[in-house]
Amino acid sequence: MIIGIDLGTTNSLVAYMDGDHCRVIPGPDGRATVPSIVGFLDNGMLVGDPAREHLVRSPSRTVYSVKRFMGKALADVADELKYFPYTLQEKGGVIRIQIGDTLYSPPQVSATILKELKRRAEAHLGEDITKAVITVPAYFNDSQRQATKDAGRIAGLDVLRILNEPTAASLAYGLQQRTRGFIAVYDLGGGTFDISILKLKDGIFEVLATNGNTHLGGDDFDRRMVEVVVQDMNTRHGVRVEESQELMQTIRLEAEKTKRRLSDERQVHMAISLSDGKGIYERTWSRDEFEALIVDLVEQTMASCRLAMKDAEVEPGQIDEVVLVGGSTRIPFIHDRVRALFGKTPHCDLNPDEVVALGAAVQAGILAGDNKDMLLLDVTPLSLGIETMGGVMNAIIRRNTTIPTSAREMFTTSVEGQTSVDIHILQGERDLVKDNRSLARFQLKVPPLPAGGPRIEVTFLIDANGMLNVTAADIRTGQSQSVVVKPSYGLTDDEVENMIRESFQFAQQDVQARQVIEARVEAESIVTSTELALQRGMDLIGREEVQTIQQAVAELRAAKNQNDHRVIRSKIADVEHVTHHLAEVLMDATLKEALENKKLSEVRD
Amino acid sequence: MDASQTTDSPARDVHRDLPMASSMCWHCQSEVPGEYFCSRCVKVQPLSKELDYFTCLNLPRTLNLDDKALEETFYALSRTFHPDYFATKDESEQSISLGNTALLNAAYQTLKDPIRRVEYLIRLEAGSARTVQTSPPADLLNEILEIQEDIETLRSLSPEESSGQRQALHTKLRDDRGMLAERQARLEACLSEQCQRWDDLQADAGEDARIRAQKDEVLKDLRELLSHRTYIRNTVHDLAEIVG
Repeated sequence: MIIGIDLGTTNSLVAYMDGDHCRVIPGPDGRATVPSIVGFLDNGMLVGDPAREHLVRSPSRTVYSVKRFMGKALADVADELKYFPYTLQEKGGVIRIQIGDTLYSPPQVSATILKELKRRAEAHLGEDITKAVITVPAYFNDSQRQATKDAGRIAGLDVLRILNEPTAASLAYGLQQRTRGFIAVYDLGGGTFDISILKLKDGIFEVLATNGNTHLGGDDFDRRMVEVVVQDMNTRHGVRVEESQELMQTIRLEAEKTKRRLSDERQVHMAISLSDGKGIYERTWSRDEFEALIVDLVEQTMASCRLAMKDAEVEPGQIDEVVLVGGSTRIPFIHDRVRALFGKTPHCDLNPDEVVALGAAVQAGILAGDNKDMLLLDVTPLSLGIETMGGVMNAIIRRNTTIPTSAREMFTTSVEGQTSVDIHILQGERDLVKDNRSLARFQLKVPPLPAGGPRIEVTFLIDANGMLNVTAADIRTGQSQSVVVKPSYGLTDDEVENMIRESFQFAQQDVQARQVIEARVEAESIVTSTELALQRGMDLIGREEVQTIQQAVAELRAAKNQNDHRVIRSKIADVEHVTHHLAEVLMDATLKEALENKKLSEVRD
Repeated sequence: MDASQTTDSPARDVHRDLPMASSMCWHCQSEVPGEYFCSRCVKVQPLSKELDYFTCLNLPRTLNLDDKALEETFYALSRTFHPDYFATKDESEQSISLGNTALLNAAYQTLKDPIRRVEYLIRLEAGSARTVQTSPPADLLNEILEIQEDIETLRSLSPEESSGQRQALHTKLRDDRGMLAERQARLEACLSEQCQRWDDLQADAGEDARIRAQKDEVLKDLRELLSHRTYIRNTVHDLAEIVG
């Protein structure tokens, strides 16, 4: 079985093909989405909902929105550092997240989320899972795609395909029932925006153009609200929010909640309690006010849509279907703007949180050979080029070229006896090298000949994942040479190998961490139920027994926050032991009550 | 340029039509006379590296192409070679599928765009057309230089001081744009004409020295037209930016 994974900025989920149907895989609580949050404990990691709780308790040891850092250097995220409670560093051109004394790369953190999804799939399907399709924003560059593939490897998954999210969504919609037409997929998630224009004909989904922004999404809407609240708290309550990461995270979570509610309500009241007797911060948000706050960001997405249509040579009126993807498209304002732009009511019948994972499962089915009807022809979102004299980029593969595709370039020398040529590969749409994204560098070996003598042909191949492969051959001798490409913003192979090894070591710790969480959850419910039972049965048992029970509950409560699940378990057992009698007494009382009620009802009859 | 002279061509079988890299299966060494899959071991076979884009998409080497046939052949060959259908096969087959599809995609991308199609044809038939000088005619060059100068002046004027001069320049550039657009239309018409001439020459059976000379003449004209077109387009683009 090949699974389909949506590795999102805010939420992640996994889906599979069940015969002809794609289905998402729910977790133990019945929900399919796993919040993309990883909490670091002393002895392991937490993923998803438990990690979300960890976020307010221990913000500097809880990582969220890690997707924003994939394939990036520290300088790329400089202006948003203040929003993140954890410490970021850089090593080898790759961002590292510092937790205590340890540095984690974004692919490692993503791998923990992938492992949780893999575990869910294995539990649900009852088989080992080793192969996956993972989705990425269509506008992800080569480094970001590579980082995602690395994350898969670290999680023990063979990533058969890196699939673009909007195209995945179009597969899930089963629009192939419409035999032909133009489709626009507008995908606004937690951290990224994509627009793709597709042509559909007889089961072939041909992407004509794609555009987007890998740094624009719901997170940015939250931030706008957070900024307002932070300012407000300072003027009204004299609170300096910057000094408390806990408060900052509370505000962020409240802002997100308020944003969500504003999609259904026209007005939402927000209340955040402040520490140190500073009272409660209160504010009412109107939908209009929220819309005014985000209108420029939404306009940016509209501009991308227009560019994509221009590249696709399609007019808005020609678009037959519009599909909305991503949680942020629930915002009525965005819905309205999209409808106005394309002059069409968008599809949103599938859950926008699930549709990408479902599409990944459909693609997994195609790769497995189970679906020969559909075929996806995707494009590369950015032009690929090489640096030439004077710091100018020479584009060799243009954006929106159908992939896989290749281009061949001939290289020679400019100085007699020169034995190597340096090649710098870039991605982007600008003329100057400095305005584009540096992907990688490599050195061609050339035989010492007069200037212009050597003829080395380099083939740049973009595969179906949208990822670059480079090969070179000496035209004179016909000999091919291996090219060692050094990524500008990526992990080296050795690093990834090390991380895979470490990840096996962590696996043991992760099991422990999960046991701690499960024990903690159970402890909490036992404390609550015991206290309730004690209230009801206080008069039915002796004072000494009440004290014993209270003592055991207090000990359990104290043990609950320990990191050893065995300690918690033993205290749980203690409570169960001392409440045994109380339980029996209560049971008797309940029975008696029931009998009496019965008698009463019989009397009434 | 989407003429339909080939629409009445017989329905083509896209299979087994393309030149292959070898007449022997790379895997089991049995004969594969131009087939995409070895009839014995069912492994996919690599397409010939020398394949030109027209042959690859099963089209005549003409400049007016049947767009529908182009797309149909492209889709059919994609269904034959796309890496998605080889994900569970061994590495060699995956790599052949990748190579074949990359070639196919490059061919489709080039031929579906009428201008890139002409550029490609010129490159393919290069021989004698390569030596042609392609500077624009003197009158066009002068016109463009003058416009560029006016654009620079307009950009350098501050809005408060010189509203009269700005207005005048603005109007002039607007007129220039109109003229240039007309010129562009004339040029596109010439381009179509030359494309048709090429196709007519291609339609003639055989190729003697006289026809070859005429073809070279057409290629030379096409090359010049393309170069002028680039000049005009860039200037029209600059004008659109400044006068809207």
